[in-house]
Amino acid sequence: MSTARKLVEVKDLKLHFPIYGGLLRRQVGAVKAVDGVSFDIYEGETLGIVGESGCGKSTCGRAVLRLYEATEGSITIDGQDISKLSGNDLRKMRPSMQMVFQDPQACLNPRMTVAGIIGEPLDEHTNWDRKKKLERIYELMDAVGLNREFANRYPHAFSGGQRQRIGIARALALNPRFIVCDEPIAALDVSIQAQVVNLLEELQQQFGLTYMFISHDLSMVRHIADRVAVMYLGVIVERAPVQALYDSPMHPYTEALLSAVPEPDPSVEVQKDRIVLQGDVPSPSNPPKGCNFCTRCPKVMDICHETPPETVEVGPGHFVACHLINQQQTAG
Amino acid sequence: MPDGATPVLDVKNLKTVFSTRSGEVHAVNSVSFYLKPGELLGVVGESGSGKSVTMMSLLGLLPSPPAEVREGTVMLGGKDLLKVDAQTMRKVRGGDVGFVFQDPMTSLNPVFNVGFQIMEPLREHMGMTRAQARDRAVELLEIVGIPDARRRLTDYPHQFSGGMRQRVMIAIALACNPKVLIADEPTTALDVTIQAQILELVKDLRQKLGMAIIWITHDLGVIAGIADRVMVMYGGQVVEQGPVKEVFANAAHPYTRALLKTMPKLHGTRDDKLRVIEGQPPMLGRQPVSCPFRDRCAHAFDRCAQENPLRREIGDGHDVACHWDHREAQQ
Repeated sequence: MSTARKLVEVKDLKLHFPIYGGLLRRQVGAVKAVDGVSFDIYEGETLGIVGESGCGKSTCGRAVLRLYEATEGSITIDGQDISKLSGNDLRKMRPSMQMVFQDPQACLNPRMTVAGIIGEPLDEHTNWDRKKKLERIYELMDAVGLNREFANRYPHAFSGGQRQRIGIARALALNPRFIVCDEPIAALDVSIQAQVVNLLEELQQQFGLTYMFISHDLSMVRHIADRVAVMYLGVIVERAPVQALYDSPMHPYTEALLSAVPEPDPSVEVQKDRIVLQGDVPSPSNPPKGCNFCTRCPKVMDICHETPPETVEVGPGHFVACHLINQQQTAG
Repeated sequence: MPDGATPVLDVKNLKTVFSTRSGEVHAVNSVSFYLKPGELLGVVGESGSGKSVTMMSLLGLLPSPPAEVREGTVMLGGKDLLKVDAQTMRKVRGGDVGFVFQDPMTSLNPVFNVGFQIMEPLREHMGMTRAQARDRAVELLEIVGIPDARRRLTDYPHQFSGGMRQRVMIAIALACNPKVLIADEPTTALDVTIQAQILELVKDLRQKLGMAIIWITHDLGVIAGIADRVMVMYGGQVVEQGPVKEVFANAAHPYTRALLKTMPKLHGTRDDKLRVIEGQPPMLGRQPVSCPFRDRCAHAFDRCAQENPLRREIGDGHDVACHWDHREAQQ
């Protein structure tokens, strides 16, 4: 892994959505959806981003592709800092970075045929003639396992899994190097989820793609990701290679999250000593002082209410932001 | 079929058909099941497998037309719910049977405060006065773990978080001490840590109140954690049913077996590739004459295309609807 090149480098990314209020509609606050996250993605690997709804994982994914303007921080993709690029230069970068969306129902235009949807990026970014475009569309449909005969049908004629395949074909149209998959399987049935995940993995091998895979499904992320980042209330609390994270989670939130996942095995479930977190996630417009997790943490200490913890490296590539770890390290 | 205690709910040969412009849809096909007092029956299936429609049919919650419950009996407390008049049915819904729906935002009325919504069934079914109902509502909110219950009665649904709203829904369902609680994907819209809270709550409530529960979900993990028995549905039919340990350890239907294998695990070795059930779930257009899973089944043979398999008993309370003998595979 160390020989691989960093394709994506995100440094201290912040994304605050302003809240306007009062008589004069002045800015009265901000929803701190992403509040200082840093991570790298190496070429050809999959970085999983997990967390609960509202933790900022989707916003983070969109900000990385500059679908939202970042408030602060830098995003370097393939050596280019895209956070500073002008509209025209950014447009030239778009073919190399694409996105697969969560809801295959909402992300496809119901008035366009499948060929139209998959071919739209080609219309925008190439000056190919019709024949060449159609050839490419067929090639893409083959790659994602859609029957060529369906090219002139409309999205409503397809099932959820097939629609997601159309969305993936569209993302692949311009030979991207980096794809952000924002909960690509959340809207699908269990038996269809496996089909789509296998397809994503095959395509990754075939075309050497790099994925940022955003999901709340911890078991699926374990399957597909090489490294995983756990987000809570706008920050990454733990980031580690997949095995290290699942076998020896260090952050209390990661521990609780993993123990909350129900496993399809009654004998395991009976014995399991589940950590049940109390309460709900605080509002990102008014995060608690100190550590973001201090309101629900079962191992909370006084310092957690005072200062936010530093991120420290506890193992190779294993980063944790928790006072508990910092203390153990200074003590030991 | 049921041994020992008589079932609180006994459903036989339930058939529900929707009439649509493009013809009939056989959403529920000869579904039979029972529910013993105090037990938790898990119902698993993909979307469109008929699990929700089955439960809605029991309580006459489906609009007719287009829905029509064509056949079957639903015995609850000595009455056949499919034959009773509207007035009696009203007493059953929210009285003997509580219902928790999937999405706590859309199933609570946004223009009434939660106190009113919890008190409504109490005054309607139990004939309580306003003051009595209020006290009981506070008690219920405390049971489901909502802090500062008396003050929160006057709050509106939007003032509660998703997990808290689902607790309110459970409180409403529990209001009249139902014999049966039907929960239709109650944790699907929630995050895993909140889901864990609700699952703990339900385990706790079962011990305290001892009602029978039907829990519908597509998550086999949830079933493994809370259910006593599990019923697997596919294409509008029950394909396998049995004690939860038995079904997870010795799944007999190819669909159940495949479903258990497609799910990635949180522990143990990581597979290179996920096992896949090829193809799509069936369209329920016609009255099925063949096995609904035939097209996606790895073990299908001639007979599967000719007749729809009946459920047959293969172990203690464990039955399967399949022509293929799973024991062949183990030998």
